[in-house]
Amino acid sequence: MSAVEDVVTEAPAVEAVPKRAMTLGTGTSVVVLLLLIAIPLFAKNFVIFQLTQLLYLGLAVLALNILTGGSGQFSLGQSAFYAIGAYVTAVMMEAFNVNYVLCLPVAGVLCFGVGFLFGQPALRLSGVYLALATFALATAMPQLLKLNFLEHWTGGVQGLVVTKPDAPFGLPMSQDMWLYYFTLVVVLAIYIFSVNLLRSRSGRAFMAIRDNEIAASAMGINVALYKTLAFGVSAAITGVAGGLSAIAVQFVAPDSFTITLAIQLFLGMVVGGVGWLPGSIVGAAFIIFVPNIAEGISKGLSGAVFGVLLFLVIYLVPHGARQVAILGQQLAGRLRKN
Amino acid sequence: MELFTNQVLAGIATGAIYACMALAVVMIYQAIDHLNFAQGEMAMFSTFISWQLMQWGIPYWGAFIIALALSFVGGIAIERILFKPLAKAPVLTNVAGFIALYAIINSSAGLIWDFTIKQYPTPFGSAPFLGSQLISTHQAGMIGVTVLLLIGLYFFFQYTRIGLAMRAAASVPESARLVGINTSWMIALGWGMASAIGAIAGMLIAPVVFLEPNMMGGVLIYGFAAAVLGGLTSPFGAVVGGFLVGIFENLAGTYIPGVGNELKLPIALALIISVLVVKPAGLFGRYIVKRV
Repeated sequence: MSAVEDVVTEAPAVEAVPKRAMTLGTGTSVVVLLLLIAIPLFAKNFVIFQLTQLLYLGLAVLALNILTGGSGQFSLGQSAFYAIGAYVTAVMMEAFNVNYVLCLPVAGVLCFGVGFLFGQPALRLSGVYLALATFALATAMPQLLKLNFLEHWTGGVQGLVVTKPDAPFGLPMSQDMWLYYFTLVVVLAIYIFSVNLLRSRSGRAFMAIRDNEIAASAMGINVALYKTLAFGVSAAITGVAGGLSAIAVQFVAPDSFTITLAIQLFLGMVVGGVGWLPGSIVGAAFIIFVPNIAEGISKGLSGAVFGVLLFLVIYLVPHGARQVAILGQQLAGRLRKN
Repeated sequence: MELFTNQVLAGIATGAIYACMALAVVMIYQAIDHLNFAQGEMAMFSTFISWQLMQWGIPYWGAFIIALALSFVGGIAIERILFKPLAKAPVLTNVAGFIALYAIINSSAGLIWDFTIKQYPTPFGSAPFLGSQLISTHQAGMIGVTVLLLIGLYFFFQYTRIGLAMRAAASVPESARLVGINTSWMIALGWGMASAIGAIAGMLIAPVVFLEPNMMGGVLIYGFAAAVLGGLTSPFGAVVGGFLVGIFENLAGTYIPGVGNELKLPIALALIISVLVVKPAGLFGRYIVKRV
């Protein structure tokens, strides 16, 4: 059981920095936002597609971050919620001709329900036991999607092809670019929501539970409610990310949502820094681009190169991109003083 | 009825392998409080080494012993080089390290021995055991080796100085250090032993699942499940968990309609989770009482 306590005690170990550490400073945020708006104007369609991928995977990492960094619960089952979101979106768009903008909130609400319900039995489990339970969910999901009686909607093993939406109102934009800005708006909205959620009463309750469950319940926090709530919110955001991925990739199939995806999201969270929301995008960049770099260095040994790069990252900065950001902040502070 | 006994016996045989894997997992969990996600790949690599030795003309048991010794040394080396520097890092960082190790071993094995499926010999033969149709000699051999291993480990931990020192280092590291036990080396020793136990599991299961770099993926998941079911703090529980998971997996595959091979794993995991919801520390795990 001590693994659990470690998660709990380790998470705030870097917390000596100001409360702001959950977000970026105002100046940095504006610069990052301007870059995110400007880059696609000068980039090719493939690069824009990759940036879109970065955004929605970053969103999924953010969701995991709310769960693990916020409430201290560990999940290897995020790929299941991601799959549900993607499939709900794809099925609604293709079988029922619903507009894609409306599909995302439905995917979110549905995933919230599933996550909340899954959080109920998960309440009694923690640490590695919770990891195993969520892992079971992740391994079961591709098999469930292949089930015969769902095949009519899900397309079984073959999966479903999704039509890419055009830019509305006759805007002079390529489909990729429109989808990028659409994704950016959704991700920004959810990011701002998440930052505020973690600063709110509920967010503080999450963190109190993460830091010390017994003390939290002694203070009158309904531990069961907030733990399941964290699961629900995390699942909902993951579901929206899955929905965005279905629209962007234009294809869903059971084998895109295996445990590998859940592991990638987990690595993204660790590399970005557990509990630091802006790190989610850095983590997503790591899981998208580093395998490509590894492939470039050696085709046959790409897995090994990826492993070595991952080891390098965790040796140099065990707390992920968050540690780099804190170092940068301190350095900037020192420069200002001189 | 014959089908039932047959399935139970086959379950016990694969359960023996899960028990070995679970035991290896528990060994490392006791030493450093982490689940080793790369345990299966380490076992796979050891199995490949023994296979390579046999290709070079060394007889089975010679290759078996050499592979065990190499795995033991390799396990210690992995701890010293890769994970000792991470001892103070956050838990999730350690998990990322295990995943990295997994990727490295899997990819290197693929490069050295490629991904084609290879036959692996069994030292016991595959004839029916003692003329009975229920179980093959290899399955009987798997159970036998596991039982021998368990007895050996029991005596090691119960009656030798170094076994006692390892137990002390695992349960109360501070006090152990005060009485002069080198806890850091006890952890490395735990890694070495876990690696060797995993190698035994790998070499026993290889004739059944065939030899290839991804052969341990499924086995490791069942091993985890077994360890968690039996209780991560109890080696005895891990072994019982292994046999239970093996038997249940076989029975569910045979008797629950529509389960087949595809849904066997999710069903087994679902059962384990239901057990955990009732008994969160596993069947034989120690409850850690928290003071308020």
